[in-house]
Amino acid sequence: MVLRDLGSFTTAHQVIIEIGGLPVGVRTDSAEFFNILENRYSGFVNAEAQPLFEFNVEIVPPGKVTEEDEPNVRFENGRWVLERGDFHAEWSPAAGTGMIRQSALPYAIDSAMRIVHSLLLADRGGLLLHAASVVRNGRAYLFAGVSGAGKTTISRLAPPDATLLSDEISYVTRTGEGYTAFGTPFAGELAKPGENVSAPVAAVYLLAKGNENTIEPVSKADAVRGVLESVLFFAKDPELVGHVFASACELVREVPVQRLTFAPDSRVWEMVR
Amino acid sequence: MSPLYIARSKSVAARMLGGEMMVMSAQDSTLFDLNDTASAIWQAADGITPLNEIVERVVCKEFDVAPEAAFQDAEAFVTELAGHGILLVSEQPIPQETK
Repeated sequence: MVLRDLGSFTTAHQVIIEIGGLPVGVRTDSAEFFNILENRYSGFVNAEAQPLFEFNVEIVPPGKVTEEDEPNVRFENGRWVLERGDFHAEWSPAAGTGMIRQSALPYAIDSAMRIVHSLLLADRGGLLLHAASVVRNGRAYLFAGVSGAGKTTISRLAPPDATLLSDEISYVTRTGEGYTAFGTPFAGELAKPGENVSAPVAAVYLLAKGNENTIEPVSKADAVRGVLESVLFFAKDPELVGHVFASACELVREVPVQRLTFAPDSRVWEMVR
Repeated sequence: MSPLYIARSKSVAARMLGGEMMVMSAQDSTLFDLNDTASAIWQAADGITPLNEIVERVVCKEFDVAPEAAFQDAEAFVTELAGHGILLVSEQPIPQETK
């Protein structure tokens, strides 16, 4: 009897991943997936942090988990439901617990974490943006744009004294009168996580590739439009959509937003200040 | 012709930014930046003042335009915003709780 009990016993592994000062616990029975988590989020693991909530990850064989090709994020019966082809997640903010069903691949958990943080930030006056971000001389610069706008290119061209926060997904929170950008493990084409540091946001550039390096002013309305086009947010929740809109307006009110067109040339960094 | 009543929907977020009124539908995330005239109508959309009165009192007075042309433009404008769920339009006054 004792042996049978011991035979069915499995050890749960937990990783606490803290991004933007918001720790989230991830538990799994799979040693293999635990190693994947530790490697992928190594710069963002904080074993001492008290997680806001915990996800239990149920590992299933590779293949489609849901029929949703695009992320489907909805709030029903007191819990968030997050779905995409490769994962199904549920999370109860009141209970502080959630589950993710996925195969042992890092992409699914990465997508789930991005969506979870987009929801956490929406409630806190922050934003998750499709933007590269870099710290230089203690100040953060964001380069927002859709796929192909040049986020990875401008990150590659950054001078040696620049610290990369992300070449793909930037994490911005409201702090007092200003905004702070945090490093994220969410990498783009560089396939390299950002550094786990933060700095006040000095400027946001709406990024475009061109034949020469130019910076142009944009109206407040165009700035809001540009920021909103870069926002990562999938939930069809009118209240939170309103929060995201308000956050984009506040960001534009507090931080200079300009249009940066650049040739693939490191001299563009002489203009970033 | 029955008077038209207009009210701002609850499912929108609006901000005045750099002198422009920006309005976003929380239903489909459509973003509008309203010009001065449209912004004046938007702000006067209280559900109890008929549109023709808003046009006369706010638009014609503040922007010096003829009532007939202003009313036609206003009707087109409110119809478009109503299509995105941003404004509610009715031939009856619109009670507060339905906005």
